[in-house]
Amino acid sequence: MKTFHIKFYENRKIFIGISAAVILIGIICNIIFGTQLDIQFKGGAVIRYSFSGEIDQEDVQRIVQDASGKNVTVTLGQSMGDETDSSVSLSFAGEDSLSVEEQQAVEAALTEQYPDAGFTVIESSSIDPTMGGEFFLKCIISIIIAAILLIIYIAFRFKKIGGMSAGVMAIITLTHDVIMVYFTFVICRIPLNDNFIAVVLTILGYSLNGTIIIYDRVRENRRIMGPKADVADVVDTSINQTLTRSVYTALCTFLAVAVVYVVGAIYDLSTVTTFALPMMVGIVCGCYSSTCVAGPLYVMWQKHKKAVRAKAAE
Amino acid sequence: MKRTAKPVFFIVALLILFLTYTSIWGISVQHGDNRITYLKGAGDIRWGIDIRGGVEATFSPDTTEEVTRQDMEAARSTIETRMVSNHITDYELNVDYDNQRIIVRFPWRSDETDFNPEEAINELAATALLTFREGDEHASEEMGEDGSIVYRTPTGTTESTIILQGSDIESAEPAMYDDGTGRMSYVVNVTMSDEGAQKFAEATERLTGQVISIWMDDVMISNPVVNEAITGGECSITGNFDAQSASKLANQINAGALPFKLKTTNFSTISPSMGESSLNAMMIAGVIAFAIVAVFMIVMFRLPGFVAVISLLGQVAVSFIAISGYLPFINSFTMTLPGIAGIILSIGMGVDANIITATRIKEELWAGKSLDSAISRGDENSFWAIFDGNITTIIVALILMGVFGPSNILSMLFGNSTTGSIYSFGYTLLVGNFGNFIMGVGASRLMTKSLASFKPLRKKWLYGGPAE
Repeated sequence: MKTFHIKFYENRKIFIGISAAVILIGIICNIIFGTQLDIQFKGGAVIRYSFSGEIDQEDVQRIVQDASGKNVTVTLGQSMGDETDSSVSLSFAGEDSLSVEEQQAVEAALTEQYPDAGFTVIESSSIDPTMGGEFFLKCIISIIIAAILLIIYIAFRFKKIGGMSAGVMAIITLTHDVIMVYFTFVICRIPLNDNFIAVVLTILGYSLNGTIIIYDRVRENRRIMGPKADVADVVDTSINQTLTRSVYTALCTFLAVAVVYVVGAIYDLSTVTTFALPMMVGIVCGCYSSTCVAGPLYVMWQKHKKAVRAKAAE
Repeated sequence: MKRTAKPVFFIVALLILFLTYTSIWGISVQHGDNRITYLKGAGDIRWGIDIRGGVEATFSPDTTEEVTRQDMEAARSTIETRMVSNHITDYELNVDYDNQRIIVRFPWRSDETDFNPEEAINELAATALLTFREGDEHASEEMGEDGSIVYRTPTGTTESTIILQGSDIESAEPAMYDDGTGRMSYVVNVTMSDEGAQKFAEATERLTGQVISIWMDDVMISNPVVNEAITGGECSITGNFDAQSASKLANQINAGALPFKLKTTNFSTISPSMGESSLNAMMIAGVIAFAIVAVFMIVMFRLPGFVAVISLLGQVAVSFIAISGYLPFINSFTMTLPGIAGIILSIGMGVDANIITATRIKEELWAGKSLDSAISRGDENSFWAIFDGNITTIIVALILMGVFGPSNILSMLFGNSTTGSIYSFGYTLLVGNFGNFIMGVGASRLMTKSLASFKPLRKKWLYGGPAE
């Protein structure tokens, strides 16, 4: 049977360096692109119509602006999953919701200009800014509560191998993954929406699962190899032993989500693709961080603690 | 080690296949025009409006004055009455009393091509027009979908003679009273304004022994008989009320007297065709993804991989069962797109459980253990890792349900608002994890052990071990 002998602790600087570099790139992109919040969080309005025939983008923009009195961005798109040939989406500037009357006025003005196009609403949403803000806050609080409960659970389950440090390291790894998912949204210019929360929470569970499998092996190997064995050896052995599982599981889940992404892209379902793409990134990061970052960080903490204790003993 | 009996594999596998089949297609018998459902399949799942199309709107009072709980109840009852009179029975309605919001969701049926969501919403939010009219002549009666009869459109004298309007009413409330025989009855007490009291006194004097009907918009909500002239500006409506119907009528009357309009703060629509294509896409993606995972598992893990595919089917079945309700008397859970994502993820966790166990068995085999002890050691060694991983995901799922559910742990901070889609993600993730314990851990192990008692299947190679 193939066994791995990768020295994770020895090469920790490389692994942590890779993560740091990616985070740095992410921060730079974030500064350049900024962060977009979806109207679900900040309030605002978007309408998507299907239509047939030809329409002029600038013309539509002018009509809609006149009818609604708001600045609007018009995007034309094709829809493959639907028989109706084209779609046009209007996103209104500002954070105010669009009243039902304004929405009717927009549709009436468009139909007047293009009587044969047959504009029909595919989807529309108009969100009040205060409610959006509350929803956002609620999402953030739920993530924080989840993180706290998870640390407590891990600290309790892994107290034999320094539960608190295991818990804290797991959370640092999770933060790493959440940051990566966030950068995916920033770099792909996807506005943060409830998909973001769903992906973050899933990756939290998923990456934590990966980290726990390794800790579980550390717990077991500590018993087998005895208390004298060097913590770096114990952790390296454990990571190598679980590497097959980590890679296979990540590969399997990645493939499943990739299928969802491809099908979503074919059907032009932005809610599906903007969920699946960051999810794919999250799976890769989750697998990387739990194998290459969580273990070495845990060893560093343990060694640091030992050094402090040794110094105090002198 | 005690071996597991040979038939166990077939019993478990058949049970899983039965569950899978029935959870997808259900069991129902056609008796003439009636279809009797014994077990509900995926077709009976109630889909959220993001999948089948529909409308979601939030209404709040358009006023700077203080709004009481009773006002909100009245506004809610206006919307409910209009829903029913528009034949929308399949709706969800949530009232957030602290933040004064009414959230409504209803599907947009695909056979309604001329359905106009903007107009429907405007109609729901319009100020309720309450009238007390002479007589109860009406143009039409129809059977509402909940079985009650809806009387519509006043005609004749009832149309021409309006006794009171909403502004003449101050309030209405349900009350209980003892009718003298010791039995408690419910009544609705209505208080009128001075002007209303005067008009009502004249009318009741004239119409003693006759009917005065109460209308909301175009629908008659009550038609009591006048027992005597009422001059005090307060009347009681008696009838066959129970607690529920009395407070319903009181709310409806209050709605007509509401001092504010409702404005639409949030408003989202998704057309049914858009919804259908997302559902199709998710189904296709689900089937392809399952096929890829199945091939991967069988190629990589051989016999345990094959067992894993069966138990994964079982896990899908558990998820479907928990969503559709399975038994005819259990209501279906409302399933949204993130809910489907939750199923996919929990299946990912199921794959993981099988992979962990299979790799542990493989390790033991390469370490030179016999097949039986490798399987039992592999099962033992992998259990706690799977347990901890699943428990943490269950914690996440519970928090999601707690925070985004109808009445939630953060209600004190945010009130009872709802965002259904994340709630359903939490729900499917939760049941998926339980399914994982039953199938990925329980059923998989039983099947593997049972298969290992068959002579031709005792080759270590089949379990990932070295070829002998």
